Amino acid sequence: MTDLKPGNGMNAEELKVVNKPVRKQDALGLACGEPVFADDQEFKGLLHARLLWSPHAHARIKKIDVSAALKVPGVKAVLTYKDVPRVPHTTAGQGYPEPSPYDTYTLDNKVRYVGDRVAAVAAETLEAAQEAVSRIKVDYEVLPAVLDPFEAMKDGAPVIHDEPDSRNIPDAKRNIAAKFDFEVKNGEWFKEADHVLEHSWSIPYLQHCALEPHTSIAYFDNFGRVVLRTSTQVPFHVRRIVAQALKLPVKKIRVIKPRIGGGFGSKQEVLEDIVAALALKTRRPVKLEYTRKETFVSSRTRHPAVCRMKAGVKSDGTITDAEMEITLNTGAYGSHALTVMMCSGSHTIPMYKVKNNIRFVGRSVYTNLPVAGAYRGYGATQGFFAWECMMDMLAERIGMDPVEFRRKNYIRLGEGSPVFKAMGEGREGVEQVITSTGLFEAIQKGADEIKWAEKRAKYAKQSGPVRRGVGAACMMQGSGIPEVDMASATIKMNEDGSFNLLVGAADLGTGSDTILAQIAAEVLGVKTEDIVVTSSDTDVTPFDVGAYASSTTFISGGAAKKAAEKVRDMVLAVGAKILDKKPEELRLEGGRVVAADGASCALSEVANTSLYYYDQHQICATASHYGHTSPPPFQANFAEVEVDTETGKVRVLDYVSCVDCGTAINPQLAEGQNDGAVVNGISHTLSEEMEFSSNGTPLNASFRRYKILSAADTPPVRTFIIPTWEPNGPFGAKSVSEIGINGPLPAIANAIYAACGARLFDAPFTPDRVLAAIKKAGKR
Amino acid sequence: MKNEILETKDGLFTVTVMVNGEKKELPVRNSESLLDALRRHGWKGTKKGCDTGDCGSCTVILNGRPVLGCLTPAVTAHNGEITTIEGLGSVHEPHPLQEAFVEAGAVQCGFCIPGMILSSKHLLDNNPMPTEAEIRKALDGNLCRCTGYVKQVEAVKKAAAKMARGRKK
Repeated sequence: MTDLKPGNGMNAEELKVVNKPVRKQDALGLACGEPVFADDQEFKGLLHARLLWSPHAHARIKKIDVSAALKVPGVKAVLTYKDVPRVPHTTAGQGYPEPSPYDTYTLDNKVRYVGDRVAAVAAETLEAAQEAVSRIKVDYEVLPAVLDPFEAMKDGAPVIHDEPDSRNIPDAKRNIAAKFDFEVKNGEWFKEADHVLEHSWSIPYLQHCALEPHTSIAYFDNFGRVVLRTSTQVPFHVRRIVAQALKLPVKKIRVIKPRIGGGFGSKQEVLEDIVAALALKTRRPVKLEYTRKETFVSSRTRHPAVCRMKAGVKSDGTITDAEMEITLNTGAYGSHALTVMMCSGSHTIPMYKVKNNIRFVGRSVYTNLPVAGAYRGYGATQGFFAWECMMDMLAERIGMDPVEFRRKNYIRLGEGSPVFKAMGEGREGVEQVITSTGLFEAIQKGADEIKWAEKRAKYAKQSGPVRRGVGAACMMQGSGIPEVDMASATIKMNEDGSFNLLVGAADLGTGSDTILAQIAAEVLGVKTEDIVVTSSDTDVTPFDVGAYASSTTFISGGAAKKAAEKVRDMVLAVGAKILDKKPEELRLEGGRVVAADGASCALSEVANTSLYYYDQHQICATASHYGHTSPPPFQANFAEVEVDTETGKVRVLDYVSCVDCGTAINPQLAEGQNDGAVVNGISHTLSEEMEFSSNGTPLNASFRRYKILSAADTPPVRTFIIPTWEPNGPFGAKSVSEIGINGPLPAIANAIYAACGARLFDAPFTPDRVLAAIKKAGKR
Repeated sequence: MKNEILETKDGLFTVTVMVNGEKKELPVRNSESLLDALRRHGWKGTKKGCDTGDCGSCTVILNGRPVLGCLTPAVTAHNGEITTIEGLGSVHEPHPLQEAFVEAGAVQCGFCIPGMILSSKHLLDNNPMPTEAEIRKALDGNLCRCTGYVKQVEAVKKAAAKMARGRKK
């Protein structure tokens, strides 16, 4: 068994820069309104792009006439499917080859949801572009639409992808965009179980609501190459997929990620092909900025899901069997259809030991609704809602405290799961055991903070219409995709003993530039301010898959550490010459090369020596890193709620989440990641749902009608970091960014049940749903 | 007449405004929002998050009150005084609120932060030692998806304390 405490010769207490709340490097510029976002730079001769979006959920374009649009003064280009290459591709910004079906075309002669692309215009002004869009005449053959995934799978349902050239769709005739089945069988199903429970849980269409809408500017450099300045989480995937879709060589494209105004997965989507096509057509810089409505409808969403679970338990609390059958609605295109579905099982089922049988049945289904994609939590949000509510129901059935029941069953240090190997992301996974966990401590801390035992006892005897309750839920996630995600970092030394750190990693507001600088600074014995970070420019920085799958700290952090270690060795070699010592007698500390006997020289002397005097060379190194495992972070969540049983209103009174992310490279930023994820999850739980008319028209695509929590609405949220040491992570670190979003749905559902006996199975828990559940519970 | 606006050529009006303490004559379109006009004239710190008055990213202070730049016609700012985020401080000389937001770890993506800091400034100008509930109410029009508001509320408390100490000196 691996030791829980720091290994690898490191000790968390000895760290000087890592594990400290260092100032986020870009924060001051952002707080001062520096022009750092995609749309904050001026471009001479910039054209404005607008798109014509489909008004129909499913239709074929019989005729499209752009002549009137072209006559609008200032219009420079109008593109339809006739004007762009027809290349099946996926917009999912994933590693190559992407496990999502190739079912998308830059523009097509068929539209598959209200909000699908029909045509694109570039004009001197936004007004002219909009005017031109309104003058495009389209003759549609409206086709029958299907909005429900279960209907879509039936014989005779409209076939959404009937085009012959799309690829990797497992069953286009039944609208199945992805499927995966998996079973571990150790005997007869449910034979050993004393109790078997079964239910379904659902979550609706949810949107990321990053405050910065998708914004891309395409322009040309002095060599005529296309430069994309774009709000993306995946600059290298943007370069590759735009090259593929427009049939350009990769070398003709440069992608620059400036500061990004949040992404949460929505900007892991490659939508830049159209603005690049407009620039290529007009030979002018072109900007495409989505409106908020377009961001809701035509960027990406979370996959709505129905998750049925059936599980067996023995009276002693042993879980005997678990079956999860999940049906995801992937909308009109299969972006992330396979991988989100697989993660709904692979990140959740291993959480608890299942003695005998495990089955996972997953389907992602096309419908004529907006396109789902990556969203923080990535399937685990959907899966854990079911699994963690099921855990509560099983505990109740056997008369065990739900926290005690979880303690008895959660995966321990050194333990594995057959699921890890069977289910990866879009392919087989890797075998792994848990190499660090603070779940025991996290549960303890959370139970103490929420006063679990005291409140469970107190709230058991309530009367009157307003009832309180506490509920719990435990979580795990991953740290990058093992043997898929790769990141690299380059470090070079400057005359004053500072360093440039070049990383492909995409900081989308998470603070990854800062934590990567901390990792490099720790190795090089300097302050974080001595590391100047440049990130995410495909011409300048080395490759990185980008910001997704909770990978940056673990994978990109590993690359930064390795590159720093290489540079450290180069620095020590020069230092050894200066000090006339052996390199192995030296260490880096406080910006100096220091010998055991106290002799030392400044890093600036090392740099100048290497550049001008001795064996002249640039001290510089590049290193790459990928994981063989994906060590899960763990989290214990506790919610206290108040339910007004007369109105159905739920108030969250307190929310405690205790997260084990290994070593928090920057505890302040790690807390911030968790706070934000949790509040996003609470917002999902209490109010968020995209609504559609019966013909698939979005009804609430605005912040006024799709309510996300504001400052005054947000309940008290308390994050506690539970330090552990992950031996495979840089300085003991694991991921932290996604896990927190998965807790609120089950923790609050369980708390509502504890308060008033009503089980909520369908999110969000709006007053009408809560009232209906209370009514149903009363009838039993 | 105080609100007199002169029409100039190309359908643009010239409005006279004090922006961050400097007198400016800005040509603006009749239909243009204050948000678009400010951004077009180089004050890029004012952000467009929704353009429908729902997110608060475009908050600026006009004549002493926080307003939504996207819902304010630019022409109505004629003869007015505007403070944008650039008017509060710079990376060389930040305002205590900007410092406090950085120190508290309240800046993640940073897109909502200019509006949030300007709302906070208006709060502290009128209520130097606000309660947490008052802070949350003042920030209620500024949506943030990154932080859960936890560290932003903390930042405003820190700034209030720091500014109070500054006044005592």
